[in-house]
Amino acid sequence: MTPTAGSDRVPRRGNVPRPGQEQRPGWVPRFGRVQRLVHRATGWLMAFCVGTAACLYFPPLAELVGRRLIVVAVHEASGLLLPVPVLLGLFSASFRADLRRLNRFAAYDGEWLRRALKRLRSRPAGKFNAGQKLYAAWIGGAVPVMLFTGLLMWFGGLLPWIPRSSAIFVHDWLALAIAAVLVGHIRMAHRDPLAREGMRTGYVRLDWAREEHPNWLG
Amino acid sequence: MSEDEGKPIGRRVLLSVLAAGAAGIAAAPVLQGGWQKLLDADPVGVTQLLPNSGGFRYYSVTASVPVKNEANYRLTIDGLVDRPRSFTLAELGALPQRRVVHDVQCTDGWKVENAAFTGVPLSALLDAAGVQSRAAAVRFTCFDGVYTESLTLDQARRPDMLVALKLQDQPLTHERGGPVRLYAAPMYFYKSAKWLSGITVTDQVRPGYWEEYGYDADGWL
Repeated sequence: MTPTAGSDRVPRRGNVPRPGQEQRPGWVPRFGRVQRLVHRATGWLMAFCVGTAACLYFPPLAELVGRRLIVVAVHEASGLLLPVPVLLGLFSASFRADLRRLNRFAAYDGEWLRRALKRLRSRPAGKFNAGQKLYAAWIGGAVPVMLFTGLLMWFGGLLPWIPRSSAIFVHDWLALAIAAVLVGHIRMAHRDPLAREGMRTGYVRLDWAREEHPNWLG
Repeated sequence: MSEDEGKPIGRRVLLSVLAAGAAGIAAAPVLQGGWQKLLDADPVGVTQLLPNSGGFRYYSVTASVPVKNEANYRLTIDGLVDRPRSFTLAELGALPQRRVVHDVQCTDGWKVENAAFTGVPLSALLDAAGVQSRAAAVRFTCFDGVYTESLTLDQARRPDMLVALKLQDQPLTHERGGPVRLYAAPMYFYKSAKWLSGITVTDQVRPGYWEEYGYDADGWL
């Protein structure tokens, strides 16, 4: 990939603007249709999965909702489907390009984390900041673990050498960790309407991008 | 520097989480034991909302369950018996009571240690009704209108099978299945039907609610 210094909107591999996109002065394309669809579908599936989990787990909610069989069915279905949007997204070159960006940590990502710990406002970042990269990697590992332990709970005799109580132990505690991390994710989005605009419309304001993601635009 | 370069930390984090999950499964028996010790040492109860905190969880298969009390509660015994009849709460309370202390264990992993249930031994109610010779099983129905359970006659006659009226020496609350629930101490807790309203003696075991969805009819711990 060639450096893009000196240019704000040079078409990049995997993020090629469609005709017409270049004619929006002051805006930059950030997420294509695939990224936004994957994010929206995953978000809804996660909402169903976590919502039903809460109704199965917390006594006050369980007393309010009851209907254990249907709640369990929704939980199982949304849990099974949760990885599907991302897997379908892999067919898209631009989605794969964003995954590559999330995977690689540049020198400025370490600097971003140091400055984040010191609560400094201005932090260098590429298209994704180091926090977003860590979140993506962590949740990308947590969901398969939940899927695996969930399947072990669902089909008791699947792997007889793993006690069901061990699967439940990991499923319960990791669920709690995911809830905490999701609250953080949603809180970050809540605090930055301009970033949410990017995920909603696909475009972000140029000055926001220069401020928050200077190493993205070059 | 291009964003495609740099160390693949993302992949490493993802794989580490997977490895931690596997390690968690392997270490679960030890960790669970340590967690249990921590719970025993937690007098304030801040751990109540965390997994396996030692409390009961509430399961219901219906949208809502009517609340029954002394005035409108009835337990009927019918089927293959000589003297079908029904009991009020006061009548059940007047019968000889037995107290059974046992660990409650749910198939979903949670556990309540040393739960004390008090009530009428199931065998006493069966004897009072007079079980006929061709009877082989007992079916339980509940006033939530949906839940059912069953036991073989031999299981039902065990001394640790109760028609329970009290938990920890207090009247059973609605949330815990009151005013009257089954307590099948030697079995997983799904066998202990909440909101018990009917006992029917039958000639063969009829699968209960969860047993229709694959649970074992013999839910031994």
